[in-house]
Amino acid sequence: MIRFILLQNRQGKTRLAKYYVPLEDSEKHKVEYEVHRLVVNRDPKYTNFVEFRTHKIIYRRYAGLFFSLCVDITDNELAYLECIHLFVEILDHFFSNVCELDLVFNFHKVYLILDEFILAGELQETSKKAIIERMGELEKLE
Amino acid sequence: MIRAIRACKTAAEERAVVRKECAAIRAAINENDTDYRHRNLAKLMFIHMLGYPTHFGQMECLKLIASPGFPEKRIGYLGLMLLLDERQEVLMLVTNSLKQYPVYIVGLALCALGNICSAEMARDLAPEVERLLQFRDPNIRKKAALCSIRILKKVPDLAENFINPATALLREKHHGVLITGVQLCTDLCKISTEALENIRKKCTDGLVRTLKDLANSPYSPEYDIAGITDPFLHIRLLKLLRVLGEGDADASDSMNDILAQVATKTESNKVAGNAILYECVQTIMSIEDNGGLRVLAINILGRFLSNRDNNIRYVALNMLMKAVTADGQAVQRHRATILECVKDSDASIRKRALELVYVLVNDTNVKPLAKELIDYLEVSDQDFRADLTAKICSIVAKFSPEKIWYIDQMLKVLSEAGNFVKDEVWYALIVVITNASELHGYTVRALYRAFQTSAEQETLVRVTVWCIGEYGDMLVHNVGMLDIEDPITVTESDAVDIVEIAINRHASDLTTKAMALVALLKLSSRFPSCSERIREIIVQFKGSFVLELQQRAIEFNAIIAKHQNIRSTLVERMPVLDEAAFIGRRAGSLPGAASTTTVPSVSLPNGVAKPVAPLVDLLDLSSDDAPAPSSSGGDFLQDLLGVDLAPASQQSGAGQASKSGNDVLLDLLSIGSASAPTSSSTVDILSSDSSNKAPVLPLDDLSSVSLSSKASSNAAPMMDLLDGFAPSPPTENNGPVYPSITAFESNSLRLTFNFSKQPGNPQTTVIQATFTNLTSNTYTDFVFQAAVPKFLQLHLDPASSSTLPAAGNGSITQNLKITNSQHGKTIFGVGHSTLSEIGHNDLDSSIPSFSLFVLCEYDYGVHLLILFPKTFMWFMYISTKIFVYECQSQILPLKASFRCRSIEEIVCSKLYATLNMQNYVVQRKFIRVKVCDVWPQY
Repeated sequence: MIRFILLQNRQGKTRLAKYYVPLEDSEKHKVEYEVHRLVVNRDPKYTNFVEFRTHKIIYRRYAGLFFSLCVDITDNELAYLECIHLFVEILDHFFSNVCELDLVFNFHKVYLILDEFILAGELQETSKKAIIERMGELEKLE
Repeated sequence: MIRAIRACKTAAEERAVVRKECAAIRAAINENDTDYRHRNLAKLMFIHMLGYPTHFGQMECLKLIASPGFPEKRIGYLGLMLLLDERQEVLMLVTNSLKQYPVYIVGLALCALGNICSAEMARDLAPEVERLLQFRDPNIRKKAALCSIRILKKVPDLAENFINPATALLREKHHGVLITGVQLCTDLCKISTEALENIRKKCTDGLVRTLKDLANSPYSPEYDIAGITDPFLHIRLLKLLRVLGEGDADASDSMNDILAQVATKTESNKVAGNAILYECVQTIMSIEDNGGLRVLAINILGRFLSNRDNNIRYVALNMLMKAVTADGQAVQRHRATILECVKDSDASIRKRALELVYVLVNDTNVKPLAKELIDYLEVSDQDFRADLTAKICSIVAKFSPEKIWYIDQMLKVLSEAGNFVKDEVWYALIVVITNASELHGYTVRALYRAFQTSAEQETLVRVTVWCIGEYGDMLVHNVGMLDIEDPITVTESDAVDIVEIAINRHASDLTTKAMALVALLKLSSRFPSCSERIREIIVQFKGSFVLELQQRAIEFNAIIAKHQNIRSTLVERMPVLDEAAFIGRRAGSLPGAASTTTVPSVSLPNGVAKPVAPLVDLLDLSSDDAPAPSSSGGDFLQDLLGVDLAPASQQSGAGQASKSGNDVLLDLLSIGSASAPTSSSTVDILSSDSSNKAPVLPLDDLSSVSLSSKASSNAAPMMDLLDGFAPSPPTENNGPVYPSITAFESNSLRLTFNFSKQPGNPQTTVIQATFTNLTSNTYTDFVFQAAVPKFLQLHLDPASSSTLPAAGNGSITQNLKITNSQHGKTIFGVGHSTLSEIGHNDLDSSIPSFSLFVLCEYDYGVHLLILFPKTFMWFMYISTKIFVYECQSQILPLKASFRCRSIEEIVCSKLYATLNMQNYVVQRKFIRVKVCDVWPQY
């Protein structure tokens, strides 16, 4: 199960933080800081997995943005790696050529997309098309 | 607003902007502004993301949720999920939406529920969610499925309600619903065995078919990832199959084919394909045995391992770890590759590989593997060294085929990464060294050489210093040379140099320096020629700011300067440490070891007791160092006593009390007999002076011995004997209750004691002493003198005669009446130049009884000895002011400090402390006897 999802830029500014386990605010900030420290200095040749406390972080870097998932130690790392990529493709598709600024100014949209993609720490939908269509429908309602 | 915040150049500016915004939002909330509410909330969320407090906005979420429009509701729910979490009670207000009709709103509510639902909500809404599992819109169904997972995690006992709807989901065609359904079933199986049985029975075949369809499905653009249709669904299905197949042969059987198909057909050049293979291998390894599939799986892992992509290698290592138990042999084949991975630049891979190597090591491959690892240690980076050394040490200790190899490897590790070696590891090394008596010389020379090159490694320095202290003479004289060694010439002063370097090194910590001081003391006795130089080094530390070092320096200096006579005995080699006991104790089970502690502990001025961490180590070490077999304890003790006796009797004139009491100790140690051996010289004195007496005063619960005699003599009360005392009528001759003992016997004189007690007066013991002359000469002017510690009163009746006929033709009897003022208490006696023995304690059978002895009182302090059954340790004190305290321990936090006006008080404190401890091993560790604020003036 996914414990939390973080989107951070290279400076450690959090662009999106979604927790599927309850944490205190102070604890959240600590986690964000630690995760950033952990992933930011790793060589691109290294694995995309780092152990973090009793869980592990699966991260992937896209330009200046780090997408980090914290998952159980027994979970399939490769699958989550692929899952990050799928999420990025969805974002890319939705914002047509996504960049960090899109995520900053439309942060609420990013959350909504994420809610269609992952729920309760589990994958909800694996089709890019389905999610984009769903978002389109919901947008129309606004 | 976002733009404004982004424009901020400094954190202070940003805070100002946020503060302004928050104020505006608060104002809007107060005015109940509905038009901009959702915009305000969006702002709040952003502020929240930046890490500012936003509690005041929580109610706004609820208001928005309650508002009719979809956009408002949407933002409201989003805010709800971000700003609140399951711990807040307001959540209960938001649950009505689930019952509402518009699909989108139900979706929103489910989404919120899935992300932040609490146990209470789970209970309340479970039926609702259950109903929604059959909702016609797939979007709702899949959300409901995931919500169910959350609900089940919160309230596992709801599981059975969900079994049927969940299995229904497995027949779905819609991928999104199917994947969530599979996920729900997996979680159900984990929670409830009933569900597991149920799903296993009904759905295994269906799942296998689904997976087969999926694997064979033609290209579908919607779900395609890298040429594979929906790898996520693949993985979820495999995972569920794993759960179902585990521990069930039939289920495993039915999935064999499809697993084989997935394992062979899946393309492995993309991440997605590898992810499926990886999951498939996991499933194969977990389900019931199928040899062919396992071989296939291990082969896949082998392929992964040689992959260039680090991620793939990482998962392969991860998986091999699990495969080791199933098929160790097959994993061994990849050993070389795994070993390469230990040297990878990526910490994640290194860590995994190291753990894998660790489980792969066995008796046959330990030598090459350890060699590889140690070689790598030289080049590894700092962060990794701690892990690596720990593992190497553990491997070497566990599988070492012979001691010399163990010592060699450990020395290599110490000289490469000594700073990372944990304390237990080098303690263990020292234990092994002491046990390998034939390797002492070799070890100390190897250490000497290692020290020349790697003096910066703390633990290496410690072990070197310790070994030089113990076996310094072997170093110098090349004792125990092995064939493989290169001969080296080391002079005595070279050896001292080493210790001096160690003690003066800046980086040396307290423990090392303290150990070096002890080593110096030992060397001073071993190398008489360097004694003066050593004293000079020690004297430098008399001014040390660290109390521990200062105290040691002062003590050791005093030993070297004033107590030449006892020095050699004091610094004897440590007795061989009992390996079994050490291992046992490390496992925390056995209170097996005893201790020779040459080291009293630190105290701070004014008696402020403060635990000093390194010191604990130190004591620990010294206690580890010295589990003494009882015999050597006895010998040592005897030596010590013997040494003490000599000067005392030289200084004192005839008739002055000198000391003895060996037998008490000997008896305790279960060696020696009731009648003590005396040396022939003593006998000569005895016969020539004809004024030798040896009274022994056994008392209830304690015994005390003093002798008034020019020469030493021996006494032999036995502890168990003493316990048997009870009031009995006085008898002129042997009392029936107390067996008489032969207190002293030589070829010139025999002395027997008969004991009796007056009824109603247990404090008083009457001893009838009978003297028999065994020589052919008649003793004239025979006088018997006795001395007792202060707490005893002695009344000597006149002797029956002053002439003792020769050849046992008659005897002299004399009555001694001894009153114990401390009867029933634990007593302790000290007299100047008196050797006394203090009581033991058997108040609690779980605590071994022990005895405490004052060996002698010096002008600067008191020498104490504490005896435990079969074990012993001793302390040396300087200064007359002493107090005792228990150090704060991890195991038994006991904080108390006692200030003693007298030594008696120490003993009481000690006993008190003992009673509070579970066993004396613990007790030994934590009780400290300290020197307090007054320092002796030299």
